[in-house]
Amino acid sequence: MGAADAEAAARLIAYGLRPKQVPARDAGYSDLVRRYHADSQFKQLAHAVAAGLGLLVLEVNQQAGAVLAATDESVFEIKMDNYARQSKIRERRETEKVLHGVIHLATAALAFPRPDDLANDTYVGRVSVEQVDSVVREACRILDERAAQADENDDPLSDAPELEQAWRVYARRPAAAATKDGRLAPDTTRGMISRALRFLAEQGFLVHINSDRGGTYRTTPRYQIQVRELAADRAFSELLDLDVVAVADDVGTLRAASSETL
Amino acid sequence: MRAVREDVTEHHGAAVDGALSRRLKALACTAPLHDLDARKAKLDWADASVYQMAEIALHTIDQVTVAMDFDTGADHEQIVQRLLPFIAAQAPQRPPAEHERVARWVLDNLINVGSVERGFRHVYGAVGADGSYQRRAFDFKLLVELATPAGEVYLRASDEAINVLVGALDTDVESAQVAAEVKLENLITRGRLAEAKLAAEQARYRTVQYGETLRSMLEATRRDVRTVDWEEAIPQLLDSALEHIESRFRAENAILRNITAARDEADDPDHKKRAAELVEIVSDCITRHTQLQARLQAAGATFRAEQDRQEFSGPARRGGVDLFGQLLVPALGVPVRDAVAPVEEYFTAASGTSVPAAATLPSLVSMLLRPAPEREKVVGEIPDPELTPSDQRGRFTDRHWELADELFTRHEAPRRLSELLEEARAVDDELPLLVALRATHSYGADVATALRQGSGAALLAVDDGTPLRDSRFGGSDLLVAMVALDSGSDGAGEEAEHAVAADAATVAGPE
Repeated sequence: MGAADAEAAARLIAYGLRPKQVPARDAGYSDLVRRYHADSQFKQLAHAVAAGLGLLVLEVNQQAGAVLAATDESVFEIKMDNYARQSKIRERRETEKVLHGVIHLATAALAFPRPDDLANDTYVGRVSVEQVDSVVREACRILDERAAQADENDDPLSDAPELEQAWRVYARRPAAAATKDGRLAPDTTRGMISRALRFLAEQGFLVHINSDRGGTYRTTPRYQIQVRELAADRAFSELLDLDVVAVADDVGTLRAASSETL
Repeated sequence: MRAVREDVTEHHGAAVDGALSRRLKALACTAPLHDLDARKAKLDWADASVYQMAEIALHTIDQVTVAMDFDTGADHEQIVQRLLPFIAAQAPQRPPAEHERVARWVLDNLINVGSVERGFRHVYGAVGADGSYQRRAFDFKLLVELATPAGEVYLRASDEAINVLVGALDTDVESAQVAAEVKLENLITRGRLAEAKLAAEQARYRTVQYGETLRSMLEATRRDVRTVDWEEAIPQLLDSALEHIESRFRAENAILRNITAARDEADDPDHKKRAAELVEIVSDCITRHTQLQARLQAAGATFRAEQDRQEFSGPARRGGVDLFGQLLVPALGVPVRDAVAPVEEYFTAASGTSVPAAATLPSLVSMLLRPAPEREKVVGEIPDPELTPSDQRGRFTDRHWELADELFTRHEAPRRLSELLEEARAVDDELPLLVALRATHSYGADVATALRQGSGAALLAVDDGTPLRDSRFGGSDLLVAMVALDSGSDGAGEEAEHAVAADAATVAGPE
């Protein structure tokens, strides 16, 4: 392995940092991906280059290209604080962060409704602004019903807002609000969702299809890998630490309906 | 009070407490309506005391509820237009622009525009499991804004609003329905039209409610057939909705026949009018029932079509994470404080990478020298306003103001306005007017504002009841003094302000 090989390995990583580029449209990229799978020394070299830059190689294949994730404190990391920066009031930052995070989670949950869909490499999910909102509100409704069944008063304590459950905060936030110029108000849930979907599209995770239902997108293989190989597990283990998740069967639990007004 | 409460909880425990907080919440839902009437006096754009704001608010909720159809509700404009006749009837002599403003004010307040969450919060107390008193927050909305797929915003009434409006708090809808029907028949036989109208309206609200539930069920079915219980819950809902329609059809056709006859035969114009109104409402009810029935008939077909469409899903491959059940729902279920870590972890891991901009020296130089981006796309060119010098000059020159200042500060002790006027007259012809105006202005001066703005001194005038004898001005002979303000001692300033405010109002100005 010489300098030329190191350069090739670094070039593969550099391709991975341009999420919208795919091997199918670039012969050079495609060759590097092929070499990654054929040449185990080259593979190691690529991993070493990535590690040195503070990156983790999640997967390299012809559909998605090189899928990378930033390790902690890497220069390539996207911090939630920067994403949710809009909030001006300090005390509300936590709330805003949770709302943004929940929206990103719900986008993935809607894109891959069953564990199967996440595992199936050929599955392409579809999401729209309207549906993401209804998925979260559906989850809120489930929790609301659960709370009602528990038969004890669980309205939030008025002097401890940080102890209020996240679903109440989301349920209370309006979906849309009339603005003077007819645009989407940014602090409504639909405003936040359409921002999240646009952000994911910029990151090469979603592709915009049309503007039906507030904006409809389809998923890319890259998104599936990112969620399956890393994000879901990270969040899962955090929730395990809180002792609030149960291991489920493979049917998925996204359910809807039952009455609201009757 | 406290002793009584403890006594109650000791004897009856949680049952009493549950009913208590339910009633408190019901009460809270009416608070925004009372609040409108309480605040109307403070509106600065109109004397709004002639308007009954709570009535207008209830009427608004009525209008929104009636407009709630299977797909959308009404938009802001429609509601405002429908409110205008009602508001105009309350104050016919006021201009239509003011009526419209009142309508918008009430509508905005029912939505609670201005708060991020656009809702209301009511804090109430409840006795916790350990017997301690806890303050809890009850959040509710009256009117909700939703967006159509096309992005237009429209209004729907919340469940709380419908409950407050229909007045069926904490009661079973079905039994209330039966009761309403019995009442209706009695009303017809006794010929009491006003209440018959009310009962018909209530039946219409129920139909809207059934329609709402059915709509959300069908929407969920379209997303995933398995999310809706088509084995028991939906057939039950369809049955009870059909029963409702069947019984209403019978009742309403009977009413329509009777009342139409009554309308045609009635001699009293008032009776005739009210019967006509009822006929109109009942016809609307029948249209709505027909609409609901069509939806009910199509529901089964929707289910079968969706079942066929969604049948093609592959067999299980390997276990993965169930994103909805294992991540989203648990993350929403924990308190905000605990939810931050998991969602932040998820976001960082799922958002991919960003490439930071790294500048070399040559590119840095060109970046720094780059002209500012043109913003034409955003707002277009801003026209340079052509400014012409104002013709209007102040009546008093700077010299006048200096002279007046000098007059006010010449002595430390408060002085009579009449003396000041005499002295001013000796200096300049225009000066007495300025002195009189400033003295009047300083009567009841806001010392707190002067303090906040950091002024070192404020002019104060006090009326001790002495009438002013002057050739040009009339009113009270005020005691005028320039008072030094010490921003360190707020209390003194406030006292002075109160002393002034307590004095009776006076008139001292050019005759």
